[in-house]
Amino acid sequence: MIELQNVNKWYGDYHALVDVTESIPAGEVVVVCGPSGSGKSTLIRTLNRLEPIQSGHIRIDGQDIHAPGIDVNAFRSRIGFVFQQFNLFPHLTVMQNCTLAPVQLRGLSRREAQERALALLERVGLAAKADAWPSELSGGQQQRVAIARALAMEPPLMLFDEPTSALDPEMVGEVLLVMRDLAEGGMTMVCVTHEMGFAREVADRVLFMDQGRVLERATPDDFFNRPQHPRAQQFLSDIRSPFAPAV
Amino acid sequence: MLEIVQTYWLYFLIGQYPNGPLGGLALTLILAACGLVLALPLGIAFGLARVSPWRWLRWPVTAFVFVVRGVPLLMVVFWAYFFLPSVTGVKTDQFATMLIALVVFDAAYLAEIVRAGIQGLPKGQMECARALGLGYGRAMRFVVLPQALRSMLPSLVNQFVSTIKETSLGYIIGLAELSFITTQINTQVFTKPAQVYAILGLSYFAMCFGLSRFAYWLERRLARRTSARTAPAAGGTA
Repeated sequence: MIELQNVNKWYGDYHALVDVTESIPAGEVVVVCGPSGSGKSTLIRTLNRLEPIQSGHIRIDGQDIHAPGIDVNAFRSRIGFVFQQFNLFPHLTVMQNCTLAPVQLRGLSRREAQERALALLERVGLAAKADAWPSELSGGQQQRVAIARALAMEPPLMLFDEPTSALDPEMVGEVLLVMRDLAEGGMTMVCVTHEMGFAREVADRVLFMDQGRVLERATPDDFFNRPQHPRAQQFLSDIRSPFAPAV
Repeated sequence: MLEIVQTYWLYFLIGQYPNGPLGGLALTLILAACGLVLALPLGIAFGLARVSPWRWLRWPVTAFVFVVRGVPLLMVVFWAYFFLPSVTGVKTDQFATMLIALVVFDAAYLAEIVRAGIQGLPKGQMECARALGLGYGRAMRFVVLPQALRSMLPSLVNQFVSTIKETSLGYIIGLAELSFITTQINTQVFTKPAQVYAILGLSYFAMCFGLSRFAYWLERRLARRTSARTAPAAGGTA
């Protein structure tokens, strides 16, 4: 479904993505992890062209999305993107947040869009908040609405860019549960996250990145128990709590 | 002072109308209202051009804004009155001249307010709208601009209040607006300039204060509409 071929990206002199080549089949859940500045957020943002690339190809369902002249809005509307900062539109209610794009882009009637949005809000456990303003919701609730809003376009692919990093710890769980529910429903997902528990339990594959390179690609079991690359071993030992008993 | 008001109130309010052209407070209000109504859409259009990704749109408007901001309104009025007719060959009357000058001048200032309002929004709003598949225009119209306009309301009102006061420059091209009429009254009364101009000052104050209060009310109302009916939940502002 997603093919990356020798993707390179620079910010000025800084080489943010180095020759990334990767293939993600439909239905797979991929977790991208790595230290800060490793390029994982950059990578996921290139997948819907929020960031341009300087060389290489990214194909989604066979379409080269960085080719000049393609309809960028059309392909973006088929990729759900969930941001670290939720980015709900504060001047619109929860319901309006979820119906704006379907009404504008899919040509649904307001009523049709509302019915669908309500079903999605139900799925993320927030149907009761349909008429609330974003400012009335907790961080976890806002992120769940953001997921429902992305799902309202019925995308076959969902991208998550550190969806729980801006949340208070007690709200992380509710968002991860919604994501797990999606994964179990067969959604193709790419998640940049620091939630190693989620990676272990939900991911089909873990990509480990450092300095713009994918250094390790493995099943969660292999990655957490038998990491191959020294940098990955280092990373895993660094993120283990210094207070936890050695295993 | 009361005596002056009793004698000249009608002249003060409408000038020589119906025996001559409409003037006085009525003309000032009409001029200010037309100025605001025409300058706001133009200012928004210019503001959008200032932040537009297309150079051919951004550069000319940027140049326009810099030129207009660099000259006094008085000069814009003179240009509109003397220079423009010599170029276009159409002699405009004082009202049209003053209106054009006001609209051009205010549009440049409003464009900067609009630009600041748009650029002051978190970048994530535009990004998120685009990620949903909305094009630049729709993202601007449905997501960015409604929020930006709300946040720039105090600055907009500031500019509108200025516009009301700027109408007084019509005086120098002989437009019978409030200041002009008051000067006429002062010439006739002759002995009480302090009182006559106090009435003028109070009139401007009343108009500007009224507009400020209306804006304040509007701001409160808009804020109430999108914020918590109850106290926001923890972490709600992240």
